[in-house]
Amino acid sequence: MLSANMTELAYLVASVLVILALKGLSSPESSRRGNMFGMLGMGIAVFVTLQLDGIENYTWIAVAIGIGAIIGGTAARKVPMTSMPETVAFMHALVGLAAVLIAVSAFLNPVAYGIADSMGAMHTASRIELFLGTFIGAITFTASLIAFGKLKGFVSGNPVTFSGQHMLNLILGIIMIGAGIVFCMNESPEAFLLMLAVALVLGVLLIIPIGGADMPVIVSMLNSYSGWAAAGIGFTLGNNMLIVAGALVGSSGAILSYIMCKAMNRSLFNVLLGGFGSDTSSSISGGAVVGERPVKSGAAEDAAFLLANARSVVIIPGYGLAVARAQHVLKELVEVLQSKGVKVRFAIHPVAGRMPGHMNVLLAEADVPYDIVEEMDEINPEFSDTDVALVIGANDVVNPAAKTDSSSPIYGMPILEVTKAEHVLVVKRSLSVGYAGLDNDLFYMDKTMMIFDDAKKACEAMLHAIE
Amino acid sequence: MCSSGNCDLAAHAAMMNDATAAGSATADPIVMSFTVFILAIFVGYHVVWNVTPALHTPLMSVTNALSSIVIVGAIIASGPVEMNLATVLGLIAVGLASVNIFGGFMVTQRMLAMFKKRG
Repeated sequence: MLSANMTELAYLVASVLVILALKGLSSPESSRRGNMFGMLGMGIAVFVTLQLDGIENYTWIAVAIGIGAIIGGTAARKVPMTSMPETVAFMHALVGLAAVLIAVSAFLNPVAYGIADSMGAMHTASRIELFLGTFIGAITFTASLIAFGKLKGFVSGNPVTFSGQHMLNLILGIIMIGAGIVFCMNESPEAFLLMLAVALVLGVLLIIPIGGADMPVIVSMLNSYSGWAAAGIGFTLGNNMLIVAGALVGSSGAILSYIMCKAMNRSLFNVLLGGFGSDTSSSISGGAVVGERPVKSGAAEDAAFLLANARSVVIIPGYGLAVARAQHVLKELVEVLQSKGVKVRFAIHPVAGRMPGHMNVLLAEADVPYDIVEEMDEINPEFSDTDVALVIGANDVVNPAAKTDSSSPIYGMPILEVTKAEHVLVVKRSLSVGYAGLDNDLFYMDKTMMIFDDAKKACEAMLHAIE
Repeated sequence: MCSSGNCDLAAHAAMMNDATAAGSATADPIVMSFTVFILAIFVGYHVVWNVTPALHTPLMSVTNALSSIVIVGAIIASGPVEMNLATVLGLIAVGLASVNIFGGFMVTQRMLAMFKKRG
């Protein structure tokens, strides 16, 4: 049994450790220690909570933690790195659901939380906090489930739109807030349940109009929501540890959403409105008719010759690389080139993968050392001094229309400026359009050679030719 | 972010009213909570902008584990020995949060272990 002051101080230590966990991520070297701090902080918080007055149900709590540990631990060991986006989305759903369950439990038994007066009625402030925690948690829960389904392919990745959609959302939003206000005034169980039900429906409706290409933004945004939900529960309990951790996660997710939006030159509002990527006419606005323009294509052996004789090579990987599971053979290709004295680097666009930083993890998994992997801002000035830019499985992020064609839907989006390199090699299965549904002028340039093949086969062929 | 900010302001304002009504000289606990909340957002803002973009995926998985700090609330909910709907819901929440805590930290550790320097 700890005194109230000791409890608060222990939570403070845990909060500081949690901040250090995020601070550690400023570089890969410090990140592993940071993660240990995070685990320690979480451990302290749980331990201290178990010492609180009124916590007596130890056996069942231990069973619940044990089951969670087995499921979580097994999943963490087995999940493939390509599946990280849907895994993270699913975890957001769990946080949302946990927040909802806690809120409902607090609603059923406010006395156990110390948020009710002697008559068992909740304080007004507690009702407001409970309202906030419940609806944010509920929206996080169902929205994350839909995002998970879209990423996993259970739910169509295409935007689902219908007329009056935004009006419906608005009306539901008003009903939810109205019911919340009624609950805050008179603690009506009906109003609480109505608010909860509408929030659950809203979570679904808010995500279905959003296309697969925008999922990196959505996953980041739901990351933020899960933090605010935790902070909301923290307010209900008057617990600073929850408020600190929740606020940290909330601002982290908000920053990631902002970075993703900027990388796609979209506003968050525009993403949330949805419907992007459904407009098939946009491919025509790109100008030329696909397939009618002359394209220079070559064999993997020709590409290998260019690569082996280059001084400096920059590789631009896209998600197609991961789909073809070509990371490992690509890494071998890089090693062979390096042994021939070629300077090889990777250029990562912020939206190269399916979530922020995804491509970096996929390359790291293939044992590509992180110090040859460069971010867009670092590598763009270097392309003019690059002999060969090798684009594998990427499309929209190297589309020069983003810089030159003001009528293009992706105009203004920051891109990797591969056209400045002396030669451009593009490994792609066909001339098909990318996520944004656009034709890519890069493929028709004089300096560009297309290698029409599966990414893995092409890399194997190039590796074979150089060896 | 701003929508929840506005809501918290509303909560804050409501509390201020309560405090004035009671005529108390000390700040209401929720005002202290609100102070901590705003300061933590600033800390988060500065710390997260310093995270290298290469580690944004581990950042998301670790923040996932961190938001499962709601386990504190879940433990309180499942604290009473007497089993009823409230405690059962609390126990389920403890389990869900544990999945995230163990899963989140372990998958983060697994990813971070992959980031190696040359040679």
